Amino acid sequence: MLTEQQLKTLIDTALDHARGKTDGTEVHVFSSDYATSRFANNSMTQNQAPMHTSVSVRVLVDGKQARLTTDKLDPDNIRNVVDKAIVVAKLLEKDPKLLPVLSPSGLPPIKPVDRYDEKTGKLSPEDRAKAVTSIISVGKPKTLKAAGTYSSGVHLQAMGNSAGLYRYHQETGAGCSLTMCASDSTGWAKQEQPHVTALHQVDMAQSAASKAVGSANPQEIDPGHYTVILEPSAVLDMLGMLWHDFTGTSYTDKLSCFLDKLNTKVFGENITIHDDVYHPLQAGAPFDGEGVPRKKVTLVEKGVVKNLVHGRRSAKEFGVEPTGHGLMEPTSQGEYPVNIVVEGGDTSLEEMIRTTDRGILLTRVWYVREVDPTTKIVTGMTRDGTFLVENGQVKHGVKNLRFNESIIEMLNRVIALGPSVRIAGEESFPAVVPPMKVAYFNFESTTKF
Amino acid sequence: MKELAEQALDVATGLGASYCDVRIIDSEAQFIETKNLRVSAVNFGSSLGAGIRVLYNGGWGFASTQDLTRQGIEQAVKRAVAVAKASSLVMEKQIVLAPEPVHVDSWSSPCKQDPFTISLEQKLAVLLDAAKIITAVKGVTLATGSMAFIKDKKFFASTEGSRIEQNFIRSSCGVVANATDDHDRQRRSYPSSFGGQWELAGWEMVGKWDLPGHAQQTAEEAVALLTAPVCPQGTKDLILGSSQLALQIHESTGHPTELDRALGQEINYAGASFLTPDKLGKLKYGSPMVNLVADATTKGSLGSFGYDDEGVQAQCVDLVKDGIFTGYLSSRDTAELIGLKRSGGCMRSESWNRTPIIRMTTISLLPGDSGELDNIISDTKDGIYMETNKSWSIDQLRYNFQFSTEIGWEIKDGKRGRMFKNPSYGGITPEFWNSCDAIAGESEFITWGVPNCGKGQPSQTMWTGHGAAPARFRNVKVGIATKV
Repeated sequence: MLTEQQLKTLIDTALDHARGKTDGTEVHVFSSDYATSRFANNSMTQNQAPMHTSVSVRVLVDGKQARLTTDKLDPDNIRNVVDKAIVVAKLLEKDPKLLPVLSPSGLPPIKPVDRYDEKTGKLSPEDRAKAVTSIISVGKPKTLKAAGTYSSGVHLQAMGNSAGLYRYHQETGAGCSLTMCASDSTGWAKQEQPHVTALHQVDMAQSAASKAVGSANPQEIDPGHYTVILEPSAVLDMLGMLWHDFTGTSYTDKLSCFLDKLNTKVFGENITIHDDVYHPLQAGAPFDGEGVPRKKVTLVEKGVVKNLVHGRRSAKEFGVEPTGHGLMEPTSQGEYPVNIVVEGGDTSLEEMIRTTDRGILLTRVWYVREVDPTTKIVTGMTRDGTFLVENGQVKHGVKNLRFNESIIEMLNRVIALGPSVRIAGEESFPAVVPPMKVAYFNFESTTKF
Repeated sequence: MKELAEQALDVATGLGASYCDVRIIDSEAQFIETKNLRVSAVNFGSSLGAGIRVLYNGGWGFASTQDLTRQGIEQAVKRAVAVAKASSLVMEKQIVLAPEPVHVDSWSSPCKQDPFTISLEQKLAVLLDAAKIITAVKGVTLATGSMAFIKDKKFFASTEGSRIEQNFIRSSCGVVANATDDHDRQRRSYPSSFGGQWELAGWEMVGKWDLPGHAQQTAEEAVALLTAPVCPQGTKDLILGSSQLALQIHESTGHPTELDRALGQEINYAGASFLTPDKLGKLKYGSPMVNLVADATTKGSLGSFGYDDEGVQAQCVDLVKDGIFTGYLSSRDTAELIGLKRSGGCMRSESWNRTPIIRMTTISLLPGDSGELDNIISDTKDGIYMETNKSWSIDQLRYNFQFSTEIGWEIKDGKRGRMFKNPSYGGITPEFWNSCDAIAGESEFITWGVPNCGKGQPSQTMWTGHGAAPARFRNVKVGIATKV
């Protein structure tokens, strides 16, 4: 793993070489040492420990820009990359909206975030193997087969530009995703945390095992409208289809579902959503692809769409300050909110179940895809622990169902919210979201298991 | 570089590994995007590194390095062996590899004109010419275009003696016309959606697909969709255009025939498969006219190669023959588990720093005897023709699927009629393929590139290809992607 000084040297090599040849230069270095132990059928199936460092150089020349990225780190090659980027940029048409590289003067200071844990960064292959063994041990007495991953490692990133801006962020990560498999049912759990001490794989395995056992011999039910209780992972992977619509560029491109709906009540009163990198349960760097400090942005307040996120280019278009969500230029997408926090409530999952006459409890959803960009109808399947709830109790597992549901309408039918937690899914990056109880959720069909 | 590969094999053997393979890959890439009449992104890249995979005491270990020195290679091999030792602590049964002949060979993908010799101005001229035509059509609110060119030089060496050099050139091009009004948003893509068409070919493919020549129709259809009626709900005969059928094959044939899925190895993320080994050679997967192959030798297909990433030679495997499920996409270790004589040669990784996993190659529906698409339309009384994928979703065992396409047309009494917007259809995989009763012939057959297949943990993106001619499916549920 490289040190911060080594990352800085790579940046300086590019900046020094570009000096006098460009109107602006920006250099990013990303370095990772992140290992994943993968298991299935109670055995390790893949086990990988890749390391990677890349240098990405953006040059601005005569009102034009180009980016070249390489992982060939010798100084001669990095200087060669700078020269090539200049040649490429000169071949382009002028970009009248191109902004100079970000100057550090006048910027607010970056608030520090602590997302690095030495113990997490130093977990060995044996440590990961022990964690996997502890997961398998939970399922074996119940004749369940375990599958999943246990991963850990370090990510570093640094950036600098010719205006004197320098940023550095180091973060560790530990993740566990697991499935407990019975003959005709499964249970699942997933977590990703900056600190391994927050990762409790045995508790996760016990929860997944309980779901697998509890949903055995699943019964088929008719599709239709049901009250649903979505556990946080299910909420995350549904709502993840909405994040892109909160970007300034998607609004300008007339691709956002919130066109002409800013400061309009779009969702229910109980829906408030922020993007907040400083939230104690969040992860990630506190600056964006151009080095702008990330701000906390309230996207939705009591159902009203309040703000969009902006990179520098989009902010100028809207006549507002950038929010620190820009992607690395040049980009067609512009920006993205990556630190979502959905405000929760005080209804526990158990209380949601207890107050449900007839409904369905969803552990997770799968293969969620947008089918209508304006009404935000998405389709997807339930998976790995789908239960019928009757008379306030979880009755039995049900065969999985396909839904076609508008996220906008769904967020107008939320009848209870639980406490928000940090959660990971498969369709979106980890976020802080609550469990939700939703009325009149639309299931279109069933499947065979 | 070859010396470093030999060193890696020697170090691994010295450390007690029973098997080791090394892939050294040198890559170069260009990604170009336009938005309306301006260049929105020019991102070029290069990458060089080595991936090292070892078996130690029956457990797998993988490590990678971009430090291509003797010291860097030695450290990476030591890391791979340490990881494999840890794996061996968590094994119910040791990994065994199905036999594969030793190959000493070189292979290059077909390329008439190296895209890296074509100037950036020439590439942009094609995209911007198409953009001018699209943006001139009244009602278009956004035009986007993209091209990508990727060159890989790959060297594979294994302790079994294989030494394989391969050279790949992949190219893509596409445009999208978006039309948004006060109530709706529609789009049309050409030649296909999600990045256009991708091929294992050179610059010549850009000329073949002629983006400017198709820009007008693409834009006009996007605008027309805004006022077109919505696809009706009901049960209809469904005719799928070849690019949509390519994705249908990808999701409902390609993924469920992956043997790692069928054995439960992917169940935590990508899912398992309804095509379990007990159904091999028995299950009536489709109607007798349905023949599906995994053919990694298909010339020019994005999913083709000379050898896979564990040194197994490219093959053509029957997945479904005369409607019966007959084969899997496999690797050396999974082939051994179900008693196959040899791997089907499907192991690939997205780069040198990821371990290979089973991936689709070129999975194709063989052409039928129904001639041209028009023949099928004229033979259809009450149906819908759907074209160009818009969204896709399928359960984790690959039974229940739902697709939406960008555009559809009503078929009444053998004639193509009204345009429909928001077309969608769904079903259960074996029921759907058993309802296939017409497949167009060779003249309508196109091999589409699908560059964004996600699988594995950490997720890897892979190049796949799918050949198909338009086909008809009877009594399919359509118009289901709505909220009622």
